[in-house]
Order: sequence, then C-alpha cells, then structure tokens
Amino acid sequence: MTTSTVDVKAPEQAPPPAPAPGRRRRFAVHFAHYKWLYLLLLPGVVYFAVFRYAPMYGVSIAFKDYVPFLGVNGSPWVGFQHFQDFFSNPDFGRLLGNTLILAFLNLGIAFPLTIVLALLLNEVRLSILKRTVQTLVYIPHFLSWTIVASLSFLLFALDFGPLFLFINSVLGTDIDFLSDPAWFRPLIVLQEIWKNTGWGTIIFLAALATVDQDQYEAAIIDGAGRFRRVWHITLPGIRSTIIVMLILAIGQMLNTGFEQIYLMTNALNRSVADVFDTYVYFVGITQGAYSYSTAVGLFKSLVGIVLIFGTNWLAKRFNQSGLF
Amino acid sequence: MKIHNTTGGRIFDAANYVFLTVIGVLTLLPFVYVFAGSFATEAEITRRAFFVWPEQFSLGSYEYIFSTPAFIRALVTTVLVTVVGTVVQLILTVTMAYPLAKRNLRGRQLILSLVVFAMVFSGGMIPTFLLIKDLGLLNSYWALILPAAINPFSLIIIKNFFQELPQELEESAKMDGATEVGILWRILLPLSKPVLATFALFYAVGIWNDFMSPLLYLSDNSKWTLQMYLRQVTASSDLLGTGNVDPNYIPPEQGIKFAVIVVATLPILIFYPFLQKHFAKGMLIGSVKG
Repeated sequence: MTTSTVDVKAPEQAPPPAPAPGRRRRFAVHFAHYKWLYLLLLPGVVYFAVFRYAPMYGVSIAFKDYVPFLGVNGSPWVGFQHFQDFFSNPDFGRLLGNTLILAFLNLGIAFPLTIVLALLLNEVRLSILKRTVQTLVYIPHFLSWTIVASLSFLLFALDFGPLFLFINSVLGTDIDFLSDPAWFRPLIVLQEIWKNTGWGTIIFLAALATVDQDQYEAAIIDGAGRFRRVWHITLPGIRSTIIVMLILAIGQMLNTGFEQIYLMTNALNRSVADVFDTYVYFVGITQGAYSYSTAVGLFKSLVGIVLIFGTNWLAKRFNQSGLF
Repeated sequence: MKIHNTTGGRIFDAANYVFLTVIGVLTLLPFVYVFAGSFATEAEITRRAFFVWPEQFSLGSYEYIFSTPAFIRALVTTVLVTVVGTVVQLILTVTMAYPLAKRNLRGRQLILSLVVFAMVFSGGMIPTFLLIKDLGLLNSYWALILPAAINPFSLIIIKNFFQELPQELEESAKMDGATEVGILWRILLPLSKPVLATFALFYAVGIWNDFMSPLLYLSDNSKWTLQMYLRQVTASSDLLGTGNVDPNYIPPEQGIKFAVIVVATLPILIFYPFLQKHFAKGMLIGSVKG
C-alpha cells in the first residue's frame, strides 16, 4: 500500500492543471448567487462534521493507546494490539455466542411471527376488528425499553408478579425469571415479540395489499383451499419484501439492542447477558478502556457491514432482487 | 373478492378472529394492570396478584411521587429536553434539506454522499462519548440533543419531499422578488406542515424514550431524565448490579412504581392517535426512498 502511494506521488507533485479562470469565476458567481442557500446548509454540514465524522475519525483510537490528555491525535499507535487482545480474550467467544444466539432466536422466532401475524390480519375482512387489533399491537413499539423492562420487572417480580405466580403455579416450580440465567433469553425474545411484532406487520401488510386479487379468484375456481392459496399465491407475492426485510434483519444481527439488554442485565445473569454492545459500555465507559472497547465496537460494525453485503450478494445469486 | 363458501373457511375465520382478539387484549393487558395498580392502595397490591380494577380507589401513589422533588425534576427536565430537542431537530433538518433539494446547487452530490455514508457507518459509542467529553458536554442537557440532531433518514425523506413540490410555486415567488429564505419560510413550510408535524412527533417520542444518552452522558443524578428515574425506581435493588445508581437509594413501594410507569407512558398514549394517523405512510416512504 505505502509503496504504491510513493509511486504515484511524483506525478501528483506536478502542478495540477489549473482550472480555467472562467471556471473559478463561474463558481464564485454561482456561490454569490446562492449564498443564502449555502448559509442555510452550513449548520447541517457543521453538525455532520462534528457529530458524525469526528467520531469516525475518533475510531482511529482502536489502533492507538488512547491517553485522555494526549487526545486522539497525540496518543501512540499500537497497530492491531487491541484486536489481538480481544480475540485471545476468553470473553470473545462468550460474547460472540451470546450475541449470535439472541440474534438467531429473534430471527427464527420474532421474524416469522411477524409474517404470520400479517397473514392472519390480512385474512380478516371485518375491518373494525382488523383496525382495532392493529391499533393495539402497534402501541408497544412507541414505548421505551425502560418501560418494557419496568413492566417485565413488575410482571415477573419474585413472589409477587402476576406472571411469576401464574407460570410457577402451572409448572409447579419456583423460578425467579429475572435472575435465572436460563430465562434471560426467553425473556428478551418475549419482550421483542411484544414490542415489535405488531409494528413489523405494517410493511408486510402493505406488500400483501399489492398481491394480484385475480389470482385468488382463479385459484378458487381451480378448487384451492385457504391454506393452499396463502402458500401458492400470497407468500410468493410478498417474497421480495420478505427477502429485503431478512437482509436488513441479518445486517442488524449483531445490534442486539443496547438499551434492552443493558436494562435486563444483572449481577446474576451476566454470563448469558453480555453481548458486544453492552460489553463496549461496561469495559469502555465504566472501566475506562477506551481504545480496547473502540476496537470491539469497530469489529462489530465491520462484521455488520460484511453481513449486509453478504446476504445481499446471496439474495442476488439466488436470482432474487436484492436490496441494492 | 375472496369468496369463502366452505365450512372450513368459516371455522378458520372464527378461530382467526378469536385469536387476534386475544392477541390484542394480551398486548394491552400489562398497561391495564399497571394503570389499575397505580390507583390502588399498597395493601391491595400486595394482597391481590393481578387485577384490572382496584377495589379501593386511591391517589396515594400519585400524591407521593408528585411530592418527590427528584421525580418532579426528572419530569420537568424531560419535558424541556423533549421540546427543545424536537425544535432543534426540525430546524436543523429543514434548513439542511432545503438547499439539498436544489438540483443545480454545486457540492450537493458530495454532501448527499457523505450523509448516506453516515447512515451506514458511525463512529460508535466510545468515540462519540469521548467527543462529547472533549466538547465539555458531559452532564449537560445538550448532550441529549446535539449528537442526534439530524437523522440522515428523515433528512433524505424531507429533501425528497421538497424536491417533489411543484417548481412553478418557487418560480412565481421568485418573480415576485422573494428570496430563497423567503420561499422556504412562506411557501414551502406551510405546504409541508403535515409532513413536519409527523416528524416532530417521531422526534419527540425518540427523545422522550431515550435511555442510552442520559445513561452515557449524565452521571450527575440530579440531572436525570424520567427514563433514568423510572429505571432506578422499578429495578429492584438487588438486581441492579450494573452501575450508575444512587448509593443512598431506598427501594420504593410497589404502587409508586406503577404510578411512575403510568406517568412515563401517558404522553406517548396521548399522542399515539396522531402518530398512528401518519406512521404507516411515513414508514413506507422511508422504506422506499431511504
């Protein structure tokens, strides 16, 4: 890499072809003419420079030993040291496992449930029932994870919560759902289902509305039942939407939702609860290992980008329309 | 269009209707439980595991929280941050979207590409935290507002909206001698009121619900927002193994938890009908063009 930059340096040092004086003047005229527009643009550009691009530059501390008083620029380079430390740390395998298990549980349970709920809603012809159910199931999406976690704390409270009492009396057990590591993942998936399944149906319902209605009539004449119509007409009709949503979901796989996991993490379930996002917080913010945790965060976002492009490539390979 | 003449079809419909009704009720049930509990006496909450209507109506929990300075402070803070944050987001987004909607503006493509890149890649939690620290914004409410002041997705949607408005409007205004700023203020903004109202609602909900920013940037517990307060109140003390909690804190009675949840939820439920009117459309625009 370095050698090639040196090679091209010589021609670069030659003065670039000077822009025709007319061109420069034309830009000055353009600028003067649109000065108000450029002025309006300025705050937004400053925002992106400061709050979006400066942190991207700050990612360089993943390859440095960040010392607060030396700043991002002054801190010494250490190359891939933090990445090596992370990959050889026993935490790495645990974090990867926890993150992937939660991701696959969400992908394997919450994602299909969204499609099923959309299909069931789509079969409803009683429009008042459809609208009412939709209104109700969309609400949780707008509530904060703090509220979702608080409701869970109350409903599953030890010796107290209605769901604690109900489930334990049905199973004949005495499980403390909030601290038992075995129940952490089911709780997370349950919260995810309650909060976002309803909202997720919107996009599928919109796709379902575009499925050609004539095909159903033809299928009815051919004697196809309800389920065969769904299987052979409805599902193929929304296939491209399902694929796009799946690509998006896989691209987001490692984003396990910092707030949700953080709120449900406690001293007793850390072994299964720790995921990349919360690990970055605990190690970076509470323990002050800034460079190391930045390296962890960078690793996570790079894997995310690879995942989204990879799935998109796969979707195209199988002759489906990809996302881009 | 779909004819259902078979018995099987009718049974399916009936089962489906019952099932969906149950789903709807189950979604709502936690709220009903908390709402009922917030108006019940502490004795009743401890005695009855689950109820949707209190036997004895009591405002005790609300009287208690509204006489707690920490709660009042958190509530007032959150309302202020939400209002100011929404206004800042709207102003910054609109002023940036308007020039970017002008197809002949030089440098527009470059800026748009940088905006799109910022959607795909971000600096992440730690570099952003260090930036906020270096800017001296730790324990400042601006740290809750500025880092997310422009959402790239909504910027692009609003830009596209401006672009699709008929050009003739602007041209005729220009002939009447209106400036670019005048056109934005007098012609585009009135036309985009419904769109901007929708975005304002979404911004407000986002700021109101934000838990991560106060957790990261406000270590001073006298500055906590409602979400932080709510977490401290509802998480039972033995479960809080994870830092950022006031050490002098005494866990409250159950009824108080119920009441705080209701207060934190109520504004969202009040605005929900307005949100619902627009969000389906908004989400589809976002998915098609974002």
